[in-house]
Amino acid sequence: MSITFDSWLDLVAAILLVVGTSLSAVAGFGLLRFPDVLSRMHAATKPQVLGLLLALAGLGLAVGSWKILPVLLVAWLMQLITAPVSAHMVGRATYRSHHLNPKSIAVDDLAKVVKEQDRLDAEQDNNPPAG
Amino acid sequence: MDVLELAGWISLVLLAIGALGALYRIVFGPALLDRAIAVDVLLIALSSGLTVWMALHESLHFIMLVVVASLIGFISSTTLARFTVEGAQANQTEPEPKQRPMGDGGR
Repeated sequence: MSITFDSWLDLVAAILLVVGTSLSAVAGFGLLRFPDVLSRMHAATKPQVLGLLLALAGLGLAVGSWKILPVLLVAWLMQLITAPVSAHMVGRATYRSHHLNPKSIAVDDLAKVVKEQDRLDAEQDNNPPAG
Repeated sequence: MDVLELAGWISLVLLAIGALGALYRIVFGPALLDRAIAVDVLLIALSSGLTVWMALHESLHFIMLVVVASLIGFISSTTLARFTVEGAQANQTEPEPKQRPMGDGGR
């Protein structure tokens, strides 16, 4: 009998590694092909969470020990916590610095908020607080 | 050839494709934010490459490097995005003194 439980684990780990890293290749193609910053960001955030999860799961199955599970979990959770921070800041900067084509947006709920904030800022500039 | 070894080589080729796309965007990216995003992709390709290496060798040599990369990898793009917004707002408020009503000169 040549197919053992370990070889099945290796096969699953191999599939997880290939799928996880193929998301990175997808991100590379997306960075090359997509037209503006927001759509490039859409492509680039795929390997950050799902790709790393699949690759770390493949590593855990390849090593085959329960002891490394907390470390892998910490690595993935830290990525899960910090990825939205940078995505939020980059998306906000993209909108505020006009790096996007307004015609490519179907619904723009942020425009009203930004316009109101700009009006308040201008008001404060024209009426500076006393002192 | 072991199935895991074959998968490792395929994974490294896929990661190289992703890293090349990110490098192209870093070098030729029209906007600073494109470069920030591409740097994130390059870093995650590095982490995934280390993970694949560890899976091939069934070791945990670089796991702390992966943890640290996922901990502090967001700082670069966050900083760049923040300075991009400040620069854009400085450029927008530059012609404002012309629009200001007369009378509050000397400020």
